[in-house]
Amino acid sequence: METFRRLFTVAVLAGLMAGGFVTLVHQFGTVPVILAAEVFEHGEAAGQATPGVVPHTEKSHTREGHNHDGHSHALGLGRDSGLAPPGHDHGEAAWEPADGWERTLYTALADILTGIGFALLLAAAFVLSGRRIDWRSGLGWGLAGFASITLAPGLGLPPEVPGTAAAALLDRQLWWLATAMLTGGGLALVFLDRRVVASAIGIALIVLPHLIGAPQPVEAISAAPPALAHQFVVAATVSSLLFWLALGGLAGFFYERSFKSA
Amino acid sequence: MQTTSHPTLHPTTAAAVPGARTGAVTAAVMSALLGAFLIWGVGFSHIAVAHNAAHDTRHSNGFPCH
Repeated sequence: METFRRLFTVAVLAGLMAGGFVTLVHQFGTVPVILAAEVFEHGEAAGQATPGVVPHTEKSHTREGHNHDGHSHALGLGRDSGLAPPGHDHGEAAWEPADGWERTLYTALADILTGIGFALLLAAAFVLSGRRIDWRSGLGWGLAGFASITLAPGLGLPPEVPGTAAAALLDRQLWWLATAMLTGGGLALVFLDRRVVASAIGIALIVLPHLIGAPQPVEAISAAPPALAHQFVVAATVSSLLFWLALGGLAGFFYERSFKSA
Repeated sequence: MQTTSHPTLHPTTAAAVPGARTGAVTAAVMSALLGAFLIWGVGFSHIAVAHNAAHDTRHSNGFPCH
């Protein structure tokens, strides 16, 4: 229990700091692009293109998808179009944070919880690897996290701005999860196991989900212009790289301090 | 306390201290489970309120959304 308590402390410290840091990065990098995309999303949905003015933000797609006086989403992104996931059925009155500081606050909270969650996974991997850990090797672990959690799933399912047609949510989540786990496991086999056959299996595991392919929408439509979508992929990927380097380095630093042999 | 100061015991050391390695593995598994639960709640839960609160984080992290 003492070991777990220490791992938890390491993860909370690293997650708080890396999550707080990436909240700042998101406010400058990804959030402006999300807000810009929402202008297109809602402009199209309401049949009134008013770029430059951010309308009230409706973040649950079902609400804008099929509820503008009964007519369906202009781009067919609504629930009835067959493109949106059938199980995606948020209540009409589901709470959401108001734009401005409240929305930023919840993004910060979610970023920090994500940081702590991934730091707990990293700390577990540190223990199981049996390797010597410090801030520098932590950077390497962070890069492996970036490859497993962002790069590999992002090849099949790139980060998307709101208002992009996509395949059923659960299918995408399962492919994403499988890809992240296979890539992480594959990297562990390549780098933590000395046997050649382990490396070969590891590489096969990393490639496998891309041979199967990610679930794709029937028709690729997006409310936002392609340039904005591309800008978002870059912003999200670079933000994530910074997040993982910070998280890996910090987790390695605190881990080494916490478990330094007496 | 070797259990706490050396969570990453070498196999030889672990053999000398039965249970130490097991304790470290148990702690690692607990840590991983808690981490996975947090990630699921923030990034993957289909509950509308969880989705809306973490909306920008989900998009920014490239988690499948909507």
